[in-house]
Amino acid sequence: MSNLVIVEHDNNEVALATLNAVTAAQQIGGDIDLLVAGENCGAVAEAAANIAGVSTVKVADDAKFGHHLAENLAGLIVEVAGAYSHVLVSATTFGKNVMPRAAALLDKAQISEIVEVKSPDTFVRPIYAGNALATVQSSDSIKMITVRTIKFEAAAAEGGSASVETISGGADTGLSSWVSQAVSNTDQVDLTSAKIVVSGGRGMQNGDNFAMLHSVADKLGAAVGASRAAVDSGFVPNDFQVGQTGKVIAPDLYIAVGISGAIQHLAGMKESKVIVAINNDSEAPIFQVADYGLVADLFEAVPELDAAL
Amino acid sequence: MKIIVCVKRVLDPQVKARVKADGSGVDLANAKMTMNPFDENALEEALRLREAGTAEEIVVVSIGAGKTEETLRHGLAMGADRAINVVTEEALEPLAIAKVLKSIVEQEAPGLVLAGKQAIDDDSNQTAQMLSALLGWSQSTFISELKIDGDTATTTREVDAGLETITVKMPAVISVDLRLNEPRYVKLPDVMKAKRKPMDKIELDSLGLDTANRMTTLQVEEPEGRAAGVIVESVSELVEKLRNEAKVI
Ligand SMILES: Cc1cc2nc3c(=O)[nH]c(=O)nc-3n(C[C@H](O)[C@H](O)[C@H](O)COP(=O)(O)OP(=O)(O)OC[C@H]3O[C@@H](n4cnc5c(N)ncnc54)[C@H](O)[C@@H]3O)c2cc1C
Repeated sequence: MSNLVIVEHDNNEVALATLNAVTAAQQIGGDIDLLVAGENCGAVAEAAANIAGVSTVKVADDAKFGHHLAENLAGLIVEVAGAYSHVLVSATTFGKNVMPRAAALLDKAQISEIVEVKSPDTFVRPIYAGNALATVQSSDSIKMITVRTIKFEAAAAEGGSASVETISGGADTGLSSWVSQAVSNTDQVDLTSAKIVVSGGRGMQNGDNFAMLHSVADKLGAAVGASRAAVDSGFVPNDFQVGQTGKVIAPDLYIAVGISGAIQHLAGMKESKVIVAINNDSEAPIFQVADYGLVADLFEAVPELDAAL
Repeated sequence: MKIIVCVKRVLDPQVKARVKADGSGVDLANAKMTMNPFDENALEEALRLREAGTAEEIVVVSIGAGKTEETLRHGLAMGADRAINVVTEEALEPLAIAKVLKSIVEQEAPGLVLAGKQAIDDDSNQTAQMLSALLGWSQSTFISELKIDGDTATTTREVDAGLETITVKMPAVISVDLRLNEPRYVKLPDVMKAKRKPMDKIELDSLGLDTANRMTTLQVEEPEGRAAGVIVESVSELVEKLRNEAKVI
């Protein structure tokens, strides 16, 4: 067996989610190579070579890969993938965008968002917003896999000494062009890797009231998240959304404030170690998954919590 | 321009999926089914493009047997002009679905294909990207904004870090997110009108494609539930428990 893990990065740093994908590759077994495609991404290649357990880092440094456009990147993956039995990427918007394209070009199925490796050809993946777990066996000669990060520990970012090999390949298809990126909250703790997350829902009533949650979060070193209703209502930007169609997270502590606990929200947070719910409706479904429930008006409870920390 | 909108019949999002006792899958017998919510957003966007004069014809396509037709009728009631139902009893994987859609796209020659970013049953999030690859077209995924200007589309994508804007050359395959728009409600007269709109049925076998599944589902099970929690009486009790019992703060 031989694994190729596609490295997600911003041309400066390796995204943390890649480390979880490396762990999934370790569980599959066999050699692990990494593919870094980007523009002026030498620092990423260097960092990638330090990841524990990696044999070779293949680097394609070219302007056509600068913004990770799916058409150009998929072409490169297709050229490199043939030498491997497994190709993996994190199930982030980066991985979800490019992997199916590469898989289809190779005439291979994609196994989406695996949460467990049973054997080199058998994997467990959640379906129906995580309300069912399917064990699937793949007959493809190359297994194209996206990895749900929360179920795999991060591989050690240091301690490896992989060789770095420069490669070329892939075409500039010219099919799409990058225009801009609006990054909403650079100084906030990263939602996907935070140990503690404080999330607000429709019950917050407006964006200004999220300041209460930010204050609590600052004291706890926590990230702030949100339900879809809070994002749809414009209280917070889209990248705060937790759930089936947002981010799937599993912090040590998740505090849901003014969130009812719809199936689609639970899909993104019910693997958290400890869940706290603050809601004035004692019938809210969120209490069914909460370890600690507080039936209270959030506008009283949250300031009180802030003061108690 | 003609737009193809790909739609799927799925379990209603308000209904919690129940796993069959024999572990063979999810029990859909008598369950409430609907059009995949993301696909409704895709169709809504197509309708708006037609209303704005950017598109002339909207064709909804779905693959499946039996009541797949109902879902297509719903699409026609929302305002699509025609429906194509590729009929098969098999539950095809996204790669096979993409191959079928490619063959329909080649027959219909649309200028744009819109699809939901994922189906809420298998949560695969693959079909649009695969279709785009097989056609050799441009792709944009998870979009919350779309502007078409001649042969380019400017799209805003919802990505993990925020919002990314890219332009794609037409023809394109674009997958949409829920914040793109608010799908319209269907009124009774529209339902009546939809009954008279054309619906083509194409047998899957007649397309001569390799649609064999690459995966075998060995088992479907329910995830482990969470142990029941406690209701605390006050914020101070909560803080005390988080510090001394759960030891998470
Ligand atoms: C296809 C699809 C995908 C979806 N994906 C997601 C997703 O990824 N993430 C997601 O979150 N949702 C998602 N949803 C939406 C989901 O179904 C719910 O609509 C949403 O999660 C509700 O958000 P909420 O809990 O904030 O709002 P509501 O359900 O309106 O709940 C608000 C809660 O706040 C409480 N409240 C109000 N005022 C106060 C107060 N003063 N003090 C205390 N409590 C108060 C209320 O009792 C209520 O329980 C999706 C839906 C669909 C159909």
